[in-house]
Amino acid sequence: MSANQWEAVIGLEIHTQLATKSKIFSGAPTAYGAAPNTQACAVDLGLPGVLPVLNKDTVYKAVMFGMAIEAEIAPYSVFARKNYFYPDLPKGYQISQMDLPIVGVGHLDIDVDGDTKRIHITRAHLEEDAGKSLHENFHGLSGIDLNRAGTPLLEIVSEPDMRSAKEAVAYMRKLHELVRYLGICDGNMQEGSFRCDANVSVRPKGQQAFGTRAEIKNINSFKFVEKAINHEIERQIELIEGGGKVIQETRLYDSVKDETRSMRSKEEANDYRYFPDPDLLPVAIDDAFKAQVKAALPELPDAKKLRFKTQYQLDNENAAILTSFRAMADYFEAVVQISGCDAKLCANWITGDLSAALNKADLDIGASPVNTRQLAGLLARISDGTISGKIAKQVFEELWLHPDANADQIIDAKGLKQITDTGAIEAIIDKIIADNPGQVEQYRSGKDKVFGFFVGQVMKEMQGKANPAEVNKMLVAKLKA
Amino acid sequence: MLLTTEDVKKIAYLARLGIEDHDFDSYTKDLSGMLELMTSMNGLDTENVAAMAHPLDQVQRLRDDAVTETDQRGHFQAIAPQIEDGLYLVPKVIE
Amino acid sequence: MHTKTIKELAQGLRSREFSSVELTRHFLARTEQHKDLNAFVTVTEDLALQAAEAADVRIANGDTALLAGIPIAQKDIFCTLGVKTSCGSKMLDNFIAPYNATVVEKLNEAGAVMLGKLNMDEFAMGSSNENSYYGVVKNPWDKSAVSGGSSGGSAVAVAAKLAVCVTGTDTGGSIRQPAAFCGITGLKPTYGRVSRYGMVAYASSLDQGGPMARSAEDAAILLQAMAGFDEKDSTSVDHPVPDYTASLNQPLAGLKIGLPAEFFGTGLSHNIATDLANAINEYRRLGAEIIDLSMPTLKLAIPVYYVIASAECSSNLSRFDGVRYGYRCENPVDLTDLYTRSRGEGFGKEVKRRILMGTYALSAGYYDAYYLKAQKIRRLISDDFKNALAQVDVIMSPVTPTNAFGIGEKTTDPIQMYLEDLYTIAINLAGLPAISIPAGLSAAKEGGIAMPVGLQIIGNYFTETKLLNIAHQYQQVTDWHQRMPYGFE
Repeated sequence: MSANQWEAVIGLEIHTQLATKSKIFSGAPTAYGAAPNTQACAVDLGLPGVLPVLNKDTVYKAVMFGMAIEAEIAPYSVFARKNYFYPDLPKGYQISQMDLPIVGVGHLDIDVDGDTKRIHITRAHLEEDAGKSLHENFHGLSGIDLNRAGTPLLEIVSEPDMRSAKEAVAYMRKLHELVRYLGICDGNMQEGSFRCDANVSVRPKGQQAFGTRAEIKNINSFKFVEKAINHEIERQIELIEGGGKVIQETRLYDSVKDETRSMRSKEEANDYRYFPDPDLLPVAIDDAFKAQVKAALPELPDAKKLRFKTQYQLDNENAAILTSFRAMADYFEAVVQISGCDAKLCANWITGDLSAALNKADLDIGASPVNTRQLAGLLARISDGTISGKIAKQVFEELWLHPDANADQIIDAKGLKQITDTGAIEAIIDKIIADNPGQVEQYRSGKDKVFGFFVGQVMKEMQGKANPAEVNKMLVAKLKA
Repeated sequence: MLLTTEDVKKIAYLARLGIEDHDFDSYTKDLSGMLELMTSMNGLDTENVAAMAHPLDQVQRLRDDAVTETDQRGHFQAIAPQIEDGLYLVPKVIE
Repeated sequence: MHTKTIKELAQGLRSREFSSVELTRHFLARTEQHKDLNAFVTVTEDLALQAAEAADVRIANGDTALLAGIPIAQKDIFCTLGVKTSCGSKMLDNFIAPYNATVVEKLNEAGAVMLGKLNMDEFAMGSSNENSYYGVVKNPWDKSAVSGGSSGGSAVAVAAKLAVCVTGTDTGGSIRQPAAFCGITGLKPTYGRVSRYGMVAYASSLDQGGPMARSAEDAAILLQAMAGFDEKDSTSVDHPVPDYTASLNQPLAGLKIGLPAEFFGTGLSHNIATDLANAINEYRRLGAEIIDLSMPTLKLAIPVYYVIASAECSSNLSRFDGVRYGYRCENPVDLTDLYTRSRGEGFGKEVKRRILMGTYALSAGYYDAYYLKAQKIRRLISDDFKNALAQVDVIMSPVTPTNAFGIGEKTTDPIQMYLEDLYTIAINLAGLPAISIPAGLSAAKEGGIAMPVGLQIIGNYFTETKLLNIAHQYQQVTDWHQRMPYGFE
């Protein structure tokens, strides 16, 4: 069988770190990067006799997520203990959810190659993170830092609905966008706030039954997810075609070697012995709590995109870009409102020049040196004909460097105001027609392309400050005379 | 007996409990006895009974999201078997 | 001084008949004198005298707290800041607790003077205090007999008058059974009434701390200081704490007492049956009405308890791994070696048995047959109590099937030891409150040493006030609670 006769089946488990101040079961801080074990309190260390008390904000954020994916929110959800020994797991068990997770079946729609596909989400549950093992420089020993122990996680488990690495990445990106939209996760992948495990199997196209899956652990960038999954698909196809069999196991992606390798040692005789945590009671979520979350739920990316297309007449691409971050969408709407300009003009500037400048400077839109008021001021001057789009680029560059200035100041100071005085334009047009008889002849003999040459010459002569519409109008009149 | 020594060895490994070889027989006997005692539960029909995890029919109380703990590393590590640079040390962890 | 009640001592402290420092020295001296009982793991003499001085100042300034300046002791399961908290285990022999349990905090605030930490069965697993790393505790009524367990040191400290009153914990009878064996009053409150924060967990859904004292009145005063909502314990109940002494003197006329047939059947010693019959007659004289009951699921309480308690303990005790505190084996070669040897060497045999049992009951393929099944029967047992307590105000029963047995008599057969808990464990499964009070002194055999006999009174949820009232009324018309073992008067 050739590679295109195989179909990949992919499901993702994504661990999102919930953006809370304190841990899920203790009052210790969750800030990243503190000195080892300075943010591990008695509860996080699993001292004898300590007990967990659930952080309300984790429940709130989980419910928010559940509503955003139109999932059923469990009226009662239960915490369970997952028992295993590992030095970064202080109690010898992880508090998680098993039979009754807080968020039930939901879905997320992804766009791949212009088509929309619905990815079903099996469940999302709350759990605590473990600490970290550090392996260097301890005379052959490992060092344990428990700062991260007890950090709240929402584990989001998808159905095996994805059929390619590309779809998996699209889903992961969409989810990444959503959790940041909701403000429940900072999405910082370097710091491990958004981590992905992928379940991958292959089957001959047309076959209903799933193949045996392998789980790839801890793939922490979009790039690596795609590579790791593609690599795993190839490995499995090669294995089967070579007469081998895929075994159900956990594999670790090595981004340096670009390969996955078996972690069977970790799986060895695992029996997690889940049972309801007797230190915690069932979490009840009533209608009042849900109503409170619902009232605070922001407009979601898909709804916002649809609204941008209808309300502002934007095309699909601009609407998608503008709604990919909540901050960008907010920026756009503020600029439209303040400037009173055509929304398309605003959209083009934000997705064009502003985004390019932000990318170059590696800044988020929230940290843009050009604020909404400044950009609105600039766009208003384009709209009312004070400056051309080309001059506006110059003004924008100045604004970027001078966050306290406004467009009008720059236009005045630099004398960039567009010339709409028809007398002045006329004089220059006359001069250019007189200086270029050859081109005039060409134009008049039907070579319309030469028209651009005249526009260019006029604009050059007027240092770009002439109103292009006016120039066009007058040139046509003069050349046709 | 309801359990074999092999069963007990497996359980002991799951529980990471070191047991001397010569003690396995007595643990096997004791655990088998305990299981024997537990077989009496099988006589009762519990088909439609809801499991009871807590004595009181209550729901979880939720704590406000606030940092209430301060760094006490020195205090907590004063009782630790082996530490260095603020880290707890253990034999090498192999991933 | 050591025979006085808390109220009498509080009075004496305020009338300057004696100071708390004097009182504390007196009890410390008794503790030293009766060291052979092995009731204490740690005596905190210096801390006690400091606390007594502070209490004397408080009292001089007009503090009216009844426990201010009163010498007490804590079961060594409660974490005490800066003091070894061993839980009766080699695993925690080097564990200086870095924080106080809520119960310890509350008693400190009340001004009670802690004399030290009391011996117990390792991790509260046992019915005879023979499972302690620190050795067996002797019963002051007969030093060749066990104290009961797991709060054996607690019961003996009260019975031998080494402390005025003490704390205990009860997972399957660990307050009530040693209280019965030693002739004192012990109350297991409703689950959730006393905070579990800082109490080393054995079986989280069953564990409950409570008072052990010489009388119902003293127990009421101690419970008053221990009870209450704790935001650090999710299973703690936010329910106002009543005044436990306010209704001690209410008459019992019209009280409905239920006697479940299952609690008075075969297995109960003749002498205990006789003493309890007399006690129930006493209640009849006090105006109570006796109603016969049947609670068919009670007979399954032992297997259900040992599945649930073992399962929970197997997980609760996983944190003892030699990494952050507690015992660590010498020179571990790798991680597995660190775990298996630290735990293998740090835990005693009974603890290991229960961890193994619990691990098995939760493991793949057995969960439904053991753990889930036990949880379902737990519901049926609880329902049985609900039905019974809808018909009567309280249920009365024996605490133990026999008198305190001899040291070493049952250690060879753990199953035989588990059967000791027959009358007490169902109450923990249901989460109900129950009190054990002295109701006789008798020998099992002609010519044997007369040993204390306990009566158990079981009430509905949060009826501690009623239980204490019923116990107190009995103690007004009998003197079993005032009897003292020879040599400890």
